[in-house]
Amino acid sequence: MSEILKCTGLTKKYGSLVALNNLDLSVNKGQIIGLLGPNGSGKTTLIKLIAGLLKQNSGELTVNGEKIGINTKKIVSYLPERTYIPDWMRVVDIIKMFENFYEDFNIEKVKTMLDNLGIKFNQRIKAMSKGTKEKLQLILVMSREAQLYLLDEPIAGVDPAARDYILRTIITNYNPEAAVIISTHLIQDIETVLDDVIMIQNGNLKIHKTVDEIREESGKSVDELFREVFRC
Amino acid sequence: MAWEIKNDRPVYIQLVEELEMRILNGTYTVGTKLLSVRDLAGEAQVNPNTMQKALSELEKKGLISSRRTSGNYITDDEKLIRDLRTELASNEVGEFCGKVKKLGITKKETIELINKEDF
Repeated sequence: MSEILKCTGLTKKYGSLVALNNLDLSVNKGQIIGLLGPNGSGKTTLIKLIAGLLKQNSGELTVNGEKIGINTKKIVSYLPERTYIPDWMRVVDIIKMFENFYEDFNIEKVKTMLDNLGIKFNQRIKAMSKGTKEKLQLILVMSREAQLYLLDEPIAGVDPAARDYILRTIITNYNPEAAVIISTHLIQDIETVLDDVIMIQNGNLKIHKTVDEIREESGKSVDELFREVFRC
Repeated sequence: MAWEIKNDRPVYIQLVEELEMRILNGTYTVGTKLLSVRDLAGEAQVNPNTMQKALSELEKKGLISSRRTSGNYITDDEKLIRDLRTELASNEVGEFCGKVKKLGITKKETIELINKEDF
């Protein structure tokens, strides 16, 4: 399997605070990865570095063999932890914007998913609940034919039924040429969907194993192991 | 049909067991085509690579065969299915007998109890 993401000695500091400390990491195409860790462990920092929103202080970071830049942004589809769609827009406006902006945007996928989740094209963003906005944003991000999807807390704000739908969408859209990195606290909901689990703590890599390795070695689910490792 | 994945064991082993059960008890009909890996994974809400690993395991046991372009098929070897079913059943019976023996019940009494059960 070929590598889609590689970090070597990746370090990011905010002033004197070390957010990521000398991180070595590699992710292959065709993998669905869970990025786990307590609050403030560096998950979002890592995702923002890969998305090109932050710059590292030292170390190497490549996507598909290239340093972060225009070429990597073309193939990376990023879902931030906060919603960013302007309030004055209707669904159709943001869809047009995505269509203009991204060459790999698949309008058919958007239509199907909006339909499945009961979101209408002429609906106003302003009148949407927080959960519906999150669903819409995730649909947009998953509708790109990207090679690396970065999903920062994609299921936290949506109801359990929509959560199931989103996970099924990730599974049925599975592409052996693309990888998905999901950061979340809702481990139990997603762990059977994952190949690998990456746990980080205080910017350090703590565990990088497959879900079944963890279950086999510990006789516990990833969720249970997480609670044990990071007991407060 | 619902897939139930428990917490304490590797996911792929549970998938192998569930798929095997569905083939042996006839939920999946002999000789028919199985859903695609992606659809099966979607149904069970599991990782597609894990589902593929489980299917490969069943292929090794001869319960399914993959045809390069058209997907996975349930075996039409009915003898294999019967033999495996008998094997699994006899394992279960062995375990059960061990348990009732511990209670100090005789074989005759056990058989009488079994005869009272609705099957």
